[in-house]
Amino acid sequence: MAQDDTIFKCDNITKTFGGTKALRGVRLDVKKGEVHALMGENGAGKSTLMNCVIGLIKADSGTMEFEGQPYSVRGPVEAMEKGIYMIHQELHPEPHLSIAESIFLHRENMRGIFLNKSAQNARTAEILKKFNFNYSPRTLMKELTLAQVQMVEIIKAVSSDARMIIMDEPTSSLDANETEHLFNTIKELQAKGVSVIYISHRMDEIFEIADRVSVFRDGQYIGTKLISEITKSELITMMVGRTVEAVFPKVDVPIGDEVFRVEGLSGKGFRDISFCVHAGEILGLSGLVGSGRSETARAIFGLDRPESGSMYLNGEKITNKNTRQAIRKGICMVNEDRKNYGLCLLRSIRENVSLPNLESRQKGLFIQQGREKREVKDVAEKLRVKAGSIEHTGFSLSGGNQQKVVLAKWIMASPKLMILDEPTRGVDVGAKSEIHTMMCEFAAKGMAILMISSEIEEIMGMSDRILIYHEGRINGEVSREEIVNGTMSQKEILAKEFGQ
Amino acid sequence: MDKKGSKSIYTNKDELRLFMGKYGIGVILFVMLIALIITVPSFRTTSNFINILKQVSINGMIAYGMCVVIATGGIDLAVGAQCALVACLLGQFIMKMGMNVLLSCALAVLFCAALGFVNGFLVAKFNMFPFVVTLSTQLIIRGLAQVISSAQAISMTNAQFKLVYLGMVGPIPFPVVMLFVVTILMYMILHWMKLGRYILATGGNEKAAIASGVSVFWTKIAAYVISGFLSGVAGVILTSKTSSAQSNLAVGYETDAVAACVIGGTSFAGGVATTPGVLIGILIIGFIYNGMNLIGVNSYYQTIVKGIMIIAAVLLDLVMNRKNR
Repeated sequence: MAQDDTIFKCDNITKTFGGTKALRGVRLDVKKGEVHALMGENGAGKSTLMNCVIGLIKADSGTMEFEGQPYSVRGPVEAMEKGIYMIHQELHPEPHLSIAESIFLHRENMRGIFLNKSAQNARTAEILKKFNFNYSPRTLMKELTLAQVQMVEIIKAVSSDARMIIMDEPTSSLDANETEHLFNTIKELQAKGVSVIYISHRMDEIFEIADRVSVFRDGQYIGTKLISEITKSELITMMVGRTVEAVFPKVDVPIGDEVFRVEGLSGKGFRDISFCVHAGEILGLSGLVGSGRSETARAIFGLDRPESGSMYLNGEKITNKNTRQAIRKGICMVNEDRKNYGLCLLRSIRENVSLPNLESRQKGLFIQQGREKREVKDVAEKLRVKAGSIEHTGFSLSGGNQQKVVLAKWIMASPKLMILDEPTRGVDVGAKSEIHTMMCEFAAKGMAILMISSEIEEIMGMSDRILIYHEGRINGEVSREEIVNGTMSQKEILAKEFGQ
Repeated sequence: MDKKGSKSIYTNKDELRLFMGKYGIGVILFVMLIALIITVPSFRTTSNFINILKQVSINGMIAYGMCVVIATGGIDLAVGAQCALVACLLGQFIMKMGMNVLLSCALAVLFCAALGFVNGFLVAKFNMFPFVVTLSTQLIIRGLAQVISSAQAISMTNAQFKLVYLGMVGPIPFPVVMLFVVTILMYMILHWMKLGRYILATGGNEKAAIASGVSVFWTKIAAYVISGFLSGVAGVILTSKTSSAQSNLAVGYETDAVAACVIGGTSFAGGVATTPGVLIGILIIGFIYNGMNLIGVNSYYQTIVKGIMIIAAVLLDLVMNRKNR
């Protein structure tokens, strides 16, 4: 073992969230002055591991070593003090702080109990000069572009004597020039002996900037390879999912007429999307997180406004200014963000289920309480919601049961098009299989289903047709026959998601 | 919580906690009632009970309006000022212009509802903090009342108008009848009508409400309109009670209304409110005032007790519903 040049090492790290094992004994070693890429599908455990490293979450077990010393921290500030700094994918600068204040946040220059602003600004000016960053230390963060904010973060890391910097998808919101600038900075850091852990989905970047790459899959460490010794195809093979096929209760039903169609739909995060869904069909949208799948769905459902393009329901052109209009027309959506867009957890199952369905269940001014109770009870039983009664609040339910309540409210609305965004995320295995069975039942009744999932097995196991998203555009279509006949493999789908 | 997927989630202990969480405040009202009946002889007369109801009617109206606003996750600090504005408008309409009493009252109340619309619009349209919006409109409305009245009190000598407070329906005073009617109406709105569901959903989880097709914009506006309307009604009764139209009426009334809501289990985070709860809150405050008056406790202490009651009510709610939140 080359002990002298290993700066960071972790071994046997495990982490469990609720019932899901996010990390199952992973390891990683990073050498001094190297750019070490982390790759893997959504939910492979890359970000979870990095959050353990900077102390945002606590690993259940395992050991970490930094610069030859046992390493453990309780939070990002302590990690920074020890020399590890993470630049998150979503940057949240404090808009009203100056560059100097941001850089010296948590380690302010003090004179007694007061801030020594002039000294701080002078030091910042010096540091900025070193990085050829031509801004006054007094410039407010809100005046900077995202790339510049990122630069400030890097400067902050280096100026606080970070020996290892973690970058989570640093280029996701940068243009080509900014990316190049970032790469030059990374190379300079490397020359100074700073190690960089580089998380990215972009294959080309990895091959350009990284020295070594480690691959994670399903919370497991798969392996580490020198970039010079691996091809893109081999890398994708390493990332591809389990060999054991998960069993999906997919029932083939006759596909009917077209129910819904979009033409040239564009908006924030997606460009020129065209597709159609038929009655009884489950159309899977596959792609990496942030590839524009959810954004498309939100626009269809009226949560966001599309910039251009048109939608047709049963051949008729429609626009959805808000969710209310979409629901009235028979379009509904189970949101991936169950916590925010799912249930009113303080209210009862009954109230949650009937919330979008009250208009049609009124007599005069009043809700038909008896009918409401009966109908909610029926649908809750049909979906096997496990609760004492329909009067219990959403809080008392497990994740899977909450999801079933969300489904129940849309079943009661009897929609024509059902959009399911990550319908089984954070749901235990039993409920997951039940939800899959229900999806097939809906399809059998002639509903058109649009399913978004980051789980490639789920997409392949449940869809009649798959559209593959890459960076806001559709990068391929796969039919059920191609999956069943095996002409289209997981590997090929994944390759398309990565833009290959 | 339901880890093993068992059918029943609650144990007996949980049932008790749920019961206390839901009805604990009713138990407290009951205990207060019994204690006062036993210890204070003058408390247990029919006329005193009717008197209490008459006294709480004004705060009661305002509290019901406040409760729907708080249920959407907001607050309405302008209610007291709206009462004062109603008084000044009535002074002008009835005493200065000699307008019909009923028409004057209707106009004044509708004007308050319109002010509620403005509050709601500012909150819903621009996503401004309800506290800041209604704090500002409170100043504006109070100022408007001063302008209208030139900061001078008008004596409301109109005999017909005096009947608003002094009139009786059988043995029951008119304000108590009004409180009864409003209680029924609020119960229907909050528990039987679409609007109530939308109000509670909006306050409970605004994004989920939007994702369920609820128009959060109109729901919030409706809540503030109800609050404005009811404080208008309260203002009419108050003006009749004091027989004087002046701009410094009802100062600090929002405090008592908020207190009644909170004691009655209305969650400040929004999404939880019941009409019976608020009624109990209104009555508890009435009992505090009345009971302590009868015992002969200085009114300064009444304010202190009220403050302690609010904290106790919130603590009770926290302890009883800890597991659910």
